[in-house]
Amino acid sequence: MNLAAQDIRHNVGRFALTAVGIGLLLMIVLGMSGIYRGMIDDALVVVDRIGADLWVVQRSTRGPFAEVSRVPANLEHRLRAVPGVASARTFVSHNVQREHEGRALRMNVHGLAWPEDNGAWVTLTAGRPLAQSHYELIADVSLGLNLGEKLVLGKDTYTVVGITKGMVASGGDGIAFFTTQDAQAVQFDLSGEAIRLERAARVQRAVGQDIGRVQPLLLERGGGLSSGIPALARPMVSAITVRVTEGTDPAAVAATIAAWPDVSVHTRDDQVQLLVYGMIDKARRQIGLFRVLLVIISTIIMALILYTLTLDKIHDIAMLKLMGARNSMIVGLILQQALLLGGLGFGIAWNLGGWIFPKFPRRVLITPEDLWGLAAVVVLISVLSSALGIWKALRVEPNKVLS
Amino acid sequence: MTNFPPANTPAIEVFNLTKIYGSGNTEVVAMKGVTLQVARGQVIALLGPSGAGKSTLLTAMGLINPPTSGRILIGGVPVLDGPLPLVSLRAFRRHHLGFVFQKANLIPFLNALQNVQVALEINDVPPRQARRRALELLDYLGVADRAVNLPDALSGGQQQRVAVARALANQPDLLLADEPTAALDSHRGRQVMELFRKVAHERGTGVIVVTHDQRSLDVFDWTYEMEDGVIHAGAKSHTSTRS
Repeated sequence: MNLAAQDIRHNVGRFALTAVGIGLLLMIVLGMSGIYRGMIDDALVVVDRIGADLWVVQRSTRGPFAEVSRVPANLEHRLRAVPGVASARTFVSHNVQREHEGRALRMNVHGLAWPEDNGAWVTLTAGRPLAQSHYELIADVSLGLNLGEKLVLGKDTYTVVGITKGMVASGGDGIAFFTTQDAQAVQFDLSGEAIRLERAARVQRAVGQDIGRVQPLLLERGGGLSSGIPALARPMVSAITVRVTEGTDPAAVAATIAAWPDVSVHTRDDQVQLLVYGMIDKARRQIGLFRVLLVIISTIIMALILYTLTLDKIHDIAMLKLMGARNSMIVGLILQQALLLGGLGFGIAWNLGGWIFPKFPRRVLITPEDLWGLAAVVVLISVLSSALGIWKALRVEPNKVLS
Repeated sequence: MTNFPPANTPAIEVFNLTKIYGSGNTEVVAMKGVTLQVARGQVIALLGPSGAGKSTLLTAMGLINPPTSGRILIGGVPVLDGPLPLVSLRAFRRHHLGFVFQKANLIPFLNALQNVQVALEINDVPPRQARRRALELLDYLGVADRAVNLPDALSGGQQQRVAVARALANQPDLLLADEPTAALDSHRGRQVMELFRKVAHERGTGVIVVTHDQRSLDVFDWTYEMEDGVIHAGAKSHTSTRS
């Protein structure tokens, strides 16, 4: 006869409610783990999908995922000349928050090196890749944009031609893919007045110098388009991504590029490490601490509940001892209930989480490793939490029956 | 059904039992020099006012409250020498003793049958066999029809019958009952007392009953009086007969 099962049958309502409570706590533990996994997965999605072997960034910086990095766009031509380089593409990525149809639209603007890259590598759920050099974008479904929808950014209007799913940046914002030129246009968009003021400032700077006075044409150029002034560089990009030819050791190519005094080079693994242990490290540790706290809280709550359940049965346990019941029977009664409580809680956490987590604003990614890990934690906390009840039960004297 | 030991074998022998609680100024002598022998198949009553030491003697004989000094033998086996156990007390209780109290103390989440069955399973009887024997015992005690009822659904008398069945489950040498009829009306109290006599005489179990109930003394083979921790010579009942 299983005493634990009989007791549970007798107190099924209370036991079920307790299991639900434990299940909700464990669901939060599982959710925390899922949020962390989701953050890592989101952070790595661009690095993984772009598939670059090397990232060439501003000298002494660690690249666009860690800090501001500015390199000239024409660096890509220099890189293509390096032996072993198969392709080099500009990489532009920045966040913008704009108003769209009365709501705040926050997105990660990602530049594709058109025409070599039209976004064909992006997995689309609807629509098509970019088909022209300007005014088109591919948007992640999380941005809430529909196929064919028009989006005004700066002075230009862009049309959504493709929809992706699961393409979000490390901050959780959905990614919008533009051509690099459009991405830069969005990034460096200035109002007409700001442009006029900048032109006037250029003219004033030229007037104040000898060369402006001896070369009047400079004043005329200074008050015109920026692109008409050779001294002004084209807008910078965040990085250049490099793919090496098949059979080439990326480290060898990296060593060549690293010798250049104006740039730094990082491998794909460097970027992954940077994202996981650099950018989201604090969030990772914070979530980790929350998980530890929640596990401790779950253990304490389970221990209190099991202790209370044991106290309720203390007279019966004394009676069992009086009848000569072995300690193993008493321990089994409490431990089985603890494990069942933990098991039910785990099942509730899993099922309820599977229903609720997809509705969260950020991705909650539950991996089999995390599930097994939580299962092991549940077994551990079940055993630990039953310890107090077991201790109490084993200390009860049979003559307690007489009181 | 069972091979019972010879009726003339002592179920329990206690020699010079003394129990002292506290020490110095707070010392209380609850039991003093008690010597008693109960044969198998005998049913005896322990009488006396509150605080006389009846329950102290009973719990000492039940191996749940060892005496300060004295010796206890159960079924001829020395089990306690003063407070020192000579055997594993819990295992010994499991095999040789049965208890009935004022309250039935049935386990509330087990039905009547399971309450008896669990006593057998504690003694390593396989579940199927334990169930069959538990049902036989409930039938013997006249409560088989309430086998599947939880204790809450049983009357006080029925609960006590189930408690007696549980106490008898492992065919103990000795059944100890502490005020078993205190919570019952006189009619049901009498029924329970007669049940003890039946158990003692039919199954060869030694039965010791602590009671205040003077109306049922005729069911006992012997009655003993306790006062101030001292037991007085037993009196043989004139109406009790071995069946």
